[in-house]
Amino acid sequence: MNKNTTLKSVLVALALTVPLACGGIANAQDAVNLRMTIWSAAEAHLKLFNEIAAGFKKDHPNVTVTFESLPFDTYTTALTTQIAGGNAPDMAWIFETAAYDFVNSGALYPLTDTLKATQGYNLDEVSTTATERWQKDGTLYAYPFSTSPFAVFVNNDLIKTAGAKTPAELIAAGEWTWDNAIATASAVGQKGKGGLIVRDFNYQIWQNLTSIWNGFGAAPWSADGKTCTMTEKPMVDALTFIHDAIFNKKAIPGPGENVDFFAGNAAMTITQISRASLLPKDKPFSWDLVPLPKGPAGDYALIGQAGIGVMQSGKNAKTAAEFVAYMTNPENSAKLSQFFPSARKSLLNAEVLKKTNPLLSKEQIDKVVIAGIATGKVIPGHTGFAQIQQIVRSGLDAVWRSDADVAGALKTICGQIGPLLKR
Amino acid sequence: MAVAQDNATLEGRSSSPFWTVARRDSLAGFLFIAPQLIGITIFVLIPLGLVFWYSLHEWNVLANTFTYTGMQNYQMLMEDPNLLQVLGSTAIFSAGLVVFNLSLALLLAVLLNQKLAGITVFRTLFFSPVVVSLVAWTIVWGFLLQKNGGINGMLLLFGLEGPNWLRGETTAMISVIVVQVFKNVGLNMILFLAALQGVPNELYEAARIDGAPRFKQFRRITLPLISPTILLTSIITIVGSLQVFAQIAVLTQGGPGLSTTVLVYYLYQQAFQFHFFGYGSTLSILLFLIVAVLTFAQWQLRKRIVFYES
Repeated sequence: MNKNTTLKSVLVALALTVPLACGGIANAQDAVNLRMTIWSAAEAHLKLFNEIAAGFKKDHPNVTVTFESLPFDTYTTALTTQIAGGNAPDMAWIFETAAYDFVNSGALYPLTDTLKATQGYNLDEVSTTATERWQKDGTLYAYPFSTSPFAVFVNNDLIKTAGAKTPAELIAAGEWTWDNAIATASAVGQKGKGGLIVRDFNYQIWQNLTSIWNGFGAAPWSADGKTCTMTEKPMVDALTFIHDAIFNKKAIPGPGENVDFFAGNAAMTITQISRASLLPKDKPFSWDLVPLPKGPAGDYALIGQAGIGVMQSGKNAKTAAEFVAYMTNPENSAKLSQFFPSARKSLLNAEVLKKTNPLLSKEQIDKVVIAGIATGKVIPGHTGFAQIQQIVRSGLDAVWRSDADVAGALKTICGQIGPLLKR
Repeated sequence: MAVAQDNATLEGRSSSPFWTVARRDSLAGFLFIAPQLIGITIFVLIPLGLVFWYSLHEWNVLANTFTYTGMQNYQMLMEDPNLLQVLGSTAIFSAGLVVFNLSLALLLAVLLNQKLAGITVFRTLFFSPVVVSLVAWTIVWGFLLQKNGGINGMLLLFGLEGPNWLRGETTAMISVIVVQVFKNVGLNMILFLAALQGVPNELYEAARIDGAPRFKQFRRITLPLISPTILLTSIITIVGSLQVFAQIAVLTQGGPGLSTTVLVYYLYQQAFQFHFFGYGSTLSILLFLIVAVLTFAQWQLRKRIVFYES
């Protein structure tokens, strides 16, 4: 082979391979891989998310979405560590308590324009109370895909065995109040079983006590978030009531006592309706789902929220926002609502919710879910919540002892978090 | 004559090989330690420098801002109202762990150094917690230490009502220390056992002939001869105790109050939970200094307390 022939062969080879290589590079550049961090690892959840991602891929063949499950307990810590390490996800679920930190810091990509521009999205049907925490200056930074009311699951068998009135009986008599609920729980507690469990509280996640103290008109801080209100009468009354229920009436399992309602060992538990899936199938007990009892401040409801946000720092924020719009459009919101109740008005009716929550009766859906979402306040949150949460947790340890000075402990807490609230 | 000498010298130089035996040996030496040097540089020295650099900044991860603040974090450290209590908890934990761990490890090693049937089984049993996953071990202990958990259940068999171990300020600290002691005592026990078996038997025979009682034999022969191991285990245990994290995170989350918030857990909270990465870095510099000073002090003390060093 002479030099001329070799040169020609090389040129032909280049002519063939360069366009192919360039085409490959072009395809690689077009391919978009989106990653969303979530705190669920449930197989059913992941199956649904992957189905939604596959639906998005039909219109966006170059986009692949993967879901990364992070542990629930350390979710926000793991997420911020990823961000600090330069490995931020494109999209993330965000707890309602961390919403202010994420929204106010500018970490999130604005979603309003993308959602409004999405055909058939109809953002207006999502109530402003549901989106309140997730927006700033009129712009939505995360979509509250889950708006789940707190309610009371009841084990009627245990209550009847203890000779107490069931919540259904109390509701029928117009006597479903906190005093009577604790009396029922106490009757079961005195028999050696658990009375009332505030699920996931475990003397650490104190914000879950909001499900009780909101009934007393109490709040940890003022509406504008600037002033500690834990020393005010409603909070002192509420925590004194809870303290009495724990240490004197034995109506609430004390610190360090592990009792599981869903194993049939407690009379009642306050939790979100999605926990209905934990109800036992092998050894079922007669259960009920009722709204939170009436407190001294009247009827009330509490909801927990979770938002989906797009990270501003991501390379594909615009595409990620389009995926969020697709994932939370009316059709997919209906699919999601079997696990995560939607704030969309069109989905807030017993017919739709019954299809996706077969364990609940129409009456339970009406009274607990729909009424709860319509009227409920969201669990308290604040900028710098993790630090405030820790200080209050530490301060409330002084309340969780039999000889506690409730008012004194709350005064100390306010002294410590006061400067943080003003920041 | 001079020119001839220079030429001879030049010829001599050009003819001598560059890779002399000394140079080859040096290169071999450097190549042998190269992996370790590279590892220390990448995983120790550079991170240490970065942590110091971060400690001079305010780093808001969410807002993606990284602002130079000079010594502001160090000033914050001096004014931190929780720091004294945190350092106190750290000192109590370290002191408790070192005393209980080393005493128990030495006691077990002496007991298991006997020639008895089935002694290997006991050695394996006491060492086995070392190989168990730390988090799994702690979670199991968490259940045992609940108010209605296994420990109090056992106490009830003897008619005793146990305390709420993880909820009392004193009992919570004792609990974390005990959990950690039982986890790692086997490692020190094995080191002590090896040291005990290295003590020449003739010395004990001579002591017995002289009529020395057993405790005196232990004090005058055993302790001095195993003193290098005591120094090693005490350094390892103290440094380890200052870095305890998982047990606190799983068992108490620093509570009740701040009673079990040790320095590592506190810096984790500041950096990763509260997102004050700059201040968290400053706390880790403080931890580094404490570990360095304690290790240096122990190393200096070796001439007084370690038999072979005198």
